Amino acid sequence: MDKGPRFDIDATVTIAATTLEFVLRSAADFLCVTGASGSGKSTFLRLLCGHELNANGRVSVDGRAFLDGSARIPSWERAIGWCPQDYVLLPHKTVEENLRLGAREEACTSELIELLALRQLLKRAPRNLSGGEKQRVALGRALASKPSLLLLDEPFSAQDRPRRSELARDVAQWIRTYAIPTVLVTHDDDDRQSLADETWHLAHGRFDQTEGAQ
Amino acid sequence: MHLDPWSAIRISALVGILTSVIGFPIAVSVGWLLARKQFVGKSLVGALVLAPLVMPPIVLGLGLLRVFGHRSWLGEALATVGISIPFGFEGVVLASLLVGMPLYVLASRDAFVATDLRYEELARTFGQRPWKAFWSTSFPLAVPGIACGALLAFARALGEFGATAVIAGNIEGKTRTISLAVYSLLDSPGNSETMYVLVGASLGIGLTTIVAYEMLAHWQRRRLGLHHG
Repeated sequence: MDKGPRFDIDATVTIAATTLEFVLRSAADFLCVTGASGSGKSTFLRLLCGHELNANGRVSVDGRAFLDGSARIPSWERAIGWCPQDYVLLPHKTVEENLRLGAREEACTSELIELLALRQLLKRAPRNLSGGEKQRVALGRALASKPSLLLLDEPFSAQDRPRRSELARDVAQWIRTYAIPTVLVTHDDDDRQSLADETWHLAHGRFDQTEGAQ
Repeated sequence: MHLDPWSAIRISALVGILTSVIGFPIAVSVGWLLARKQFVGKSLVGALVLAPLVMPPIVLGLGLLRVFGHRSWLGEALATVGISIPFGFEGVVLASLLVGMPLYVLASRDAFVATDLRYEELARTFGQRPWKAFWSTSFPLAVPGIACGALLAFARALGEFGATAVIAGNIEGKTRTISLAVYSLLDSPGNSETMYVLVGASLGIGLTTIVAYEMLAHWQRRRLGLHHG
């Protein structure tokens, strides 16, 4: 039976005097979104998170309507795992407390601690971590919530090259194991080609081309 | 002239502490409102908050007397439940609150401005309702800054003179603070020992407040991850 598209989005977001129009319909599990700086990638992720209050239209993931006209599911009920580009680790909490912010299952969290090599960092404060370590904590925090939608904004950009591809592959494997719909924002061609089922390109607040549509 | 310096020190310290404690919910709510919300009349609220900072304290005292005096409707209403603001300890606290709140609210506002709103957004994304997200992210991160405001209000209360003299008078053991006690001694020579105690206490409390303020400001920067160490 056809379950319909995983992502069914036809929404506008107004910021100051600019209106961005996002139209995206896809059955892919793992979407990649590319685009130049200022093209609206972060706004698109914020729309999915429910942080853009000046949004109208329809945002539906796996048949669940986050936004439908004026009706919206608030961000705290969307069960989203968000890994922001600049990590946004809570500075007054340890790595472990950050990881457990949205964690649901102990076994799952422990698995991620090993997968992302975070064991030695658990008691440290975010300010004492390197950029790559902070990024792995933010990634682990997003995954540990076992969300119904995963939003990854440049999640591997701060990782060293030799380790980066291996980490990306392991994380993608973990995501596919739990069948979590994922939106990956990246500028990296390797990530895009090796991880994504489809690539959508954003320009001036519009999706204007796709690659790898199945 | 008989003047008990320790009584004045006790009254001043108590007034400073009460100003910090009673002002806390006002400073947090108004500071948060000014930092985070857009609403009609926001500039007016901001100006009203600042007003006591730029007005002569004696004028503020006269205003308090007009509003809470025995012949005002509010003063009469309070008198029926046994509260007398003029020439009472409550008047000293009220005057200190009025002159201390601008610094308290501004420090609280700046503390919330310095706290990235995305921490709250992130907590909401992970399932926390707005109220819980605020208490688990923005509030603890703003606490050192708010505490700086509490210290400033405490210090301001310690130095308050004009408004207190008008609304509460200068009654030994009841409304005579350090500032009022020092003023009283200026007119009565031969009390240099008492004067030294009062001045020493003022300097001690003032310097301790400054050190505590610097420590809190350092804690704030550390909490927000603004520097290492």
